[in-house]
Amino acid sequence: MTGLEDLYREIILDHYRSPRNRGELPAPPAQRVEGFNPLCGDEVVVYVQVNDGTVTDIRFAGQGCSISQSSASLMSSAVKGKSVAEARNLIRTFKAMMSVHEARLGDAPEGASSNGSGEDGADVAAPDPESLGELAALQGVVKFPVRIKCATLSWNTLAQGLDEAEQGTPSPF
Amino acid sequence: MTDSRLDPKTAPTMRTEPCPSAVDFSKLKGDFPVLSRTVHGHRVVYLDSAASAQRPQSVLDAMDTYYQTTHANVHRGVYTFAEEADRLYEAARVAVGRLIGAPDPEHEVIFTKNATEAINLVAATWARSNLRSGDVVLLTDMEHHANIVPWLMLAEERGIELRWIGIDDEYRLDLSDLDRLLDGVKLVACTTMSNVLGTITPFAQIAEAAHRAGAVVLADGAQSVPHIPTDVARLGCDFLAFSAHKMLGPTGIGVLWGRRELLEAMPPFLGGGGMIRDVRHDGYTANVLPWKFEAGTPPIAEAVGFGAAVSYLESIGLDAIRAHEAELTAYARSVLTERFGDDLKIFGPPGTVERGGVLSLAYRDVHPHDLAQVLDQAGVCVRAGHHCAKPLMRRLGVNATARASLYLYNDESDVDVLADAIAEAGTLFA
Repeated sequence: MTGLEDLYREIILDHYRSPRNRGELPAPPAQRVEGFNPLCGDEVVVYVQVNDGTVTDIRFAGQGCSISQSSASLMSSAVKGKSVAEARNLIRTFKAMMSVHEARLGDAPEGASSNGSGEDGADVAAPDPESLGELAALQGVVKFPVRIKCATLSWNTLAQGLDEAEQGTPSPF
Repeated sequence: MTDSRLDPKTAPTMRTEPCPSAVDFSKLKGDFPVLSRTVHGHRVVYLDSAASAQRPQSVLDAMDTYYQTTHANVHRGVYTFAEEADRLYEAARVAVGRLIGAPDPEHEVIFTKNATEAINLVAATWARSNLRSGDVVLLTDMEHHANIVPWLMLAEERGIELRWIGIDDEYRLDLSDLDRLLDGVKLVACTTMSNVLGTITPFAQIAEAAHRAGAVVLADGAQSVPHIPTDVARLGCDFLAFSAHKMLGPTGIGVLWGRRELLEAMPPFLGGGGMIRDVRHDGYTANVLPWKFEAGTPPIAEAVGFGAAVSYLESIGLDAIRAHEAELTAYARSVLTERFGDDLKIFGPPGTVERGGVLSLAYRDVHPHDLAQVLDQAGVCVRAGHHCAKPLMRRLGVNATARASLYLYNDESDVDVLADAIAEAGTLFA
């Protein structure tokens, strides 16, 4: 039995009620990237400012549930001031944590199918939650497979933003 | 064809039980095995029938018995199994046609995959042979994507114009400008009941005006046919689309009903076996109705289950089902309003006359996904999201709602559990 307390940790509710780095950045010079979850209609807009290989500033806007909004807030706090390489590592580590595969080895949630799949390419060794700091609070989401896409929406959007920033391509939006 | 099919003229009439009080709805849960399940330690409270309903034992038995005692492909064999499959498949067609008052069910009821495919069939055949660049199709702001995207695709393909009937502040269609909107319209495609708002549209009024303007009229009946007595003549539609799985039947089968002269004039839909009279190196001759539109092996066991679902609905009576749901909707509104006041908003018309048992909810600033997650923990199944009606969601100014939808097996205790679970969500997200 998986309780709601695994999903709605206090840190998550705090970031949902008081999101960090919510807002916009002028784009350009920032990259502005939109992400959608077509299943539920959630949307996020990530503004990321990269200077000399460092994420110097980040903001997010959009609408979504507590998981998608708190994940975006936690993400923005985690990557701000980091190098692009560190940010990419963090994205990889976070998406690995969101892998359903790992959760299957433990207690599968009631009624879940035995061959569910996590995020693409996330089937790697379990990350050390210690290295994730506050982000580890989102670990409980994997026990609710339908909500994984809520948690990863802003991260996938950030990854796209970093790609575009490094390629120097103008934002398509 | 065999002679043993049901004759629609001698079949029972569609309203088997006009007196609502004759049915004890509190006992119906027992007919649905899945409703005895527990989820997270709680009795399951299923409030998502607008997405897909559950099945009574009689439907499961009909399909099991079919596969355990017979089965062959239809329309192709002379042996006993084939004759039985053929007879059962065609009997289901007649039973389904009878439920909607089809004057000629043997020819006018086309089995499709679902309501979506039924609408796509009309878009691919009738519309392609009747609409050209500049022609107008009139839709409404309440449509499900199934009755929007096929027309958007056609608009891209051949430059037809789409117009939209808006909605008023009480979530009804705004017909004040109908005559102007209908000017030059070739097709009106309109829902009979909104899957988000529960609004029952004044379809007959729209159809009459549309016919005066020379337009053909398609009804998306996916939400109303399972819940409200339906008569195609009274609706005044030329086409009616609906799905079995929303009316206690299996998934994988739906219906397009069409007026016979329209269906006769339409080109076939998919090509393949069953839909042809003759095939040569240089061409083919299409089969007669209804098989002209049923290429390939159809969903035979599903048709048998669909027929059993229709029998179950008729044994209770659509009038009684409608009355039960109206009563339960009124109860739900009063309980939710009393307990949550202005914290809870219901997107839909007031009263129960112009609406069915679909309650789209916004509770404080709790996101619908979070609300649905907390409700699931209490065993309550509601849908959260845009409900495949994004133009309507934009009109309502929301990204998503949490939707509780009622059916014949729901009762006041289900509404009470829903209200308690909403209160729990309020505590968690205080």
